[in-house]
Amino acid sequence: MAKYSMHILVCGGTGCRAAQGLAITESLKKEIDENNLNDTVQVIETGCFGFCEKGPIVKIMPDNTFYVQVKPEDTKEIIAEHVIKGRKVERLLFVDPDKKEKVSDSKHMGFYRKQLRIALRNCGFIDPENIEEYIGREGYEALGRCLTEMKPQDVIKIIKDSGLRGRGGGGFPTGLKWEIASKNHADQKYVVCNADEGDPGAFMDRSILEGDPHSILEAMTICGYATAATKGLVYIRAEYPLAIKRLQVAIKQARESGLLGKDILGSGFDFDVELRFGAGAFVCGEETALIHSMEGERGEPTVKPPFPAESGYWGKPTNVNNVETFANIPVILIKGATWFRSIGTEKSPGTKVFALAGKINNVGLIEVPMGITLREVIFEIGGGIKDGKKFKAVQTGGPSGGCLTTKHLDTPIEFDTLIAAGSMMGSGGMIVVDEDDCMVSVAKFYLEFTVEESCGKCAPCRIGNKRLHEVLTKICNGNGTREDLELLDNMSRVIKDTALCGLGQTSPNPVLSTLDNFYDEYLEHVDDKKCRAGVCKSLMQYVIQPDNCVGCTACARVCPVGAITGERKGIHFIDQSLCIKCGACIEKCKFNAIFIQ
Amino acid sequence: MAESKVALKRADKEKLVEVCREFNNKPGELINVLHRAQNIFGYLPAEVQEVIASELNVALAKVYGVVTFYSYFTMIPRGKYPISVCTGTACYVRGAEKVLDEFKRLLKLEVGETAADGVFSLNCLRCVGACGLAPVVLVGEKTYGRVSSDQVRKILEEYGYEG
Repeated sequence: MAKYSMHILVCGGTGCRAAQGLAITESLKKEIDENNLNDTVQVIETGCFGFCEKGPIVKIMPDNTFYVQVKPEDTKEIIAEHVIKGRKVERLLFVDPDKKEKVSDSKHMGFYRKQLRIALRNCGFIDPENIEEYIGREGYEALGRCLTEMKPQDVIKIIKDSGLRGRGGGGFPTGLKWEIASKNHADQKYVVCNADEGDPGAFMDRSILEGDPHSILEAMTICGYATAATKGLVYIRAEYPLAIKRLQVAIKQARESGLLGKDILGSGFDFDVELRFGAGAFVCGEETALIHSMEGERGEPTVKPPFPAESGYWGKPTNVNNVETFANIPVILIKGATWFRSIGTEKSPGTKVFALAGKINNVGLIEVPMGITLREVIFEIGGGIKDGKKFKAVQTGGPSGGCLTTKHLDTPIEFDTLIAAGSMMGSGGMIVVDEDDCMVSVAKFYLEFTVEESCGKCAPCRIGNKRLHEVLTKICNGNGTREDLELLDNMSRVIKDTALCGLGQTSPNPVLSTLDNFYDEYLEHVDDKKCRAGVCKSLMQYVIQPDNCVGCTACARVCPVGAITGERKGIHFIDQSLCIKCGACIEKCKFNAIFIQ
Repeated sequence: MAESKVALKRADKEKLVEVCREFNNKPGELINVLHRAQNIFGYLPAEVQEVIASELNVALAKVYGVVTFYSYFTMIPRGKYPISVCTGTACYVRGAEKVLDEFKRLLKLEVGETAADGVFSLNCLRCVGACGLAPVVLVGEKTYGRVSSDQVRKILEEYGYEG
């Protein structure tokens, strides 16, 4: 590798690939070939850089130039100008939205300034399909130390001391989980990596698997050593073809290098990893459901106890951790528990990866120390709300979480504060909504998801959520009453108390949290039959402004239901009882005479 | 178990039997077998499920139960150009619903349906994780980002739509 004087890193995450990232790599390689630069310049397809909003991203090392929104046709200029002549391609640089200045190094971008990358340490830096690059960045060093210098209980002690908590949403102490699994004796034990990332709008785990698959394999092997398990399984969504491919490559390379399989590093310890594919069921993120799914059954959860640590996959002790949790393990073992504890807060040490999406300027993947405020995340890293609109709320924790509003902007983000604020950490999806979003509709959207994803095993979840969804639909259609609001609240609490698994127990959270924070919006829907965001179609009216109407008849001709009447050159009128609110008239009108009330 | 009465072509049935054998005919491998079968046939009709049930020695009802539980498995053949609109939250707040409505209107299809001529099928999908490109539409393997409802017709025309 030393012979290369320059490396061009191209983001190969799903987001950038979808935006022609592959064509960019190909085209760069072609240009390099044509200019006889094969011996000096290397193109590497890396994992996600995180700044998805500005993708596809191309980074040039060693000078750290960060090009954004690159198109395949830009590659000629990058090679000719930057690589050959050493001049930056100014037009592809990121422009700081506040100072209007061009920024060439990502370190100076608002998006990256407050980030601290532990779980994502290698994403965007290494070629995920090359084990040597991982090893070059301290990869497999932690495993080596564990196997040769440490006893299993020493490993568990470090993880316990670090205070690492499960990043899949629950926040259970990881070290304690390992300890329980290690104390249950059986002829066969398992380590499972939960990569069934089903939260809509969350893509942290996928990015780690795509960008740094070896870190997961290393951590699983360490976990196997600590808990005396010899088999590892990654349960991954079939919808993540790229992550699956990169994992398969990584497993093969690790086996060839003697880092998986029999007698790892000559220590006498055996461990191997296999993949199991999910098939699109949100509930399978719940560990008991996940285990049933791996056994070829319907992914229905069962009552805990027994916990998987006692009786899991095929009835054997099984330790289940999430992808991001595993990604933290090797670093903690190298740098120590005290170092890890120095980051984040006392009760939630370390960092958390969030997928920032929705009505925000910088959509992307971020990793920040716990304890950072929502304001810093949304306005500094996220660059504020799209199109200068007003911030309304951020939804965290997906369908199991709730909304945080302006009053929570200065709350530090950690497991316990989010729960106290009526939401939860969840797996790390953060969806920002602005003044154009109706919170009743947002709650309805999540309920729709839960109704579809409920496995149907227990009645509170199967029937209760369906009823909740019906009441919300009724309110959105303008037929809600004050009693309905009470019913929503009441029913939500019953479902929370009585549902069988985590999915059901948390599914009413979006309703409760919107009722709590946006009760006035619910009241408007119910009392005034008004939706201030203009989202609930049944509550809107298309009206013709007589002053602006010239009687051109364009609207009447385009109306599919004949709801608009009026003489030529006379003022037109919309019959509200016929109008289906398709919006065709408003698009057709050239005189701004039609508006939504 | 009795020989199942299948309307599958002999070669297809042999392929399936071979897949089951690769997984040692273990009932625990049911989901893996179904994934492979769907890759081969594009969908999982009753006939395919019958063969799998008989090969793995599990009840047909169980196979059917698993197929219908997971949204990834389908019993309806997908179109030549399967269209999937992402309805994850990020796409939802950036207008995926309007895009979906436009597809429904132009194709005269509901979600989960395949057109009678087998060209297009319409589906929703939960988050492909390309939230930076929201709203996202997939046609086969090709991804379209930042789609608005007025681009829908143009996308369809790329695949020969003439409605």
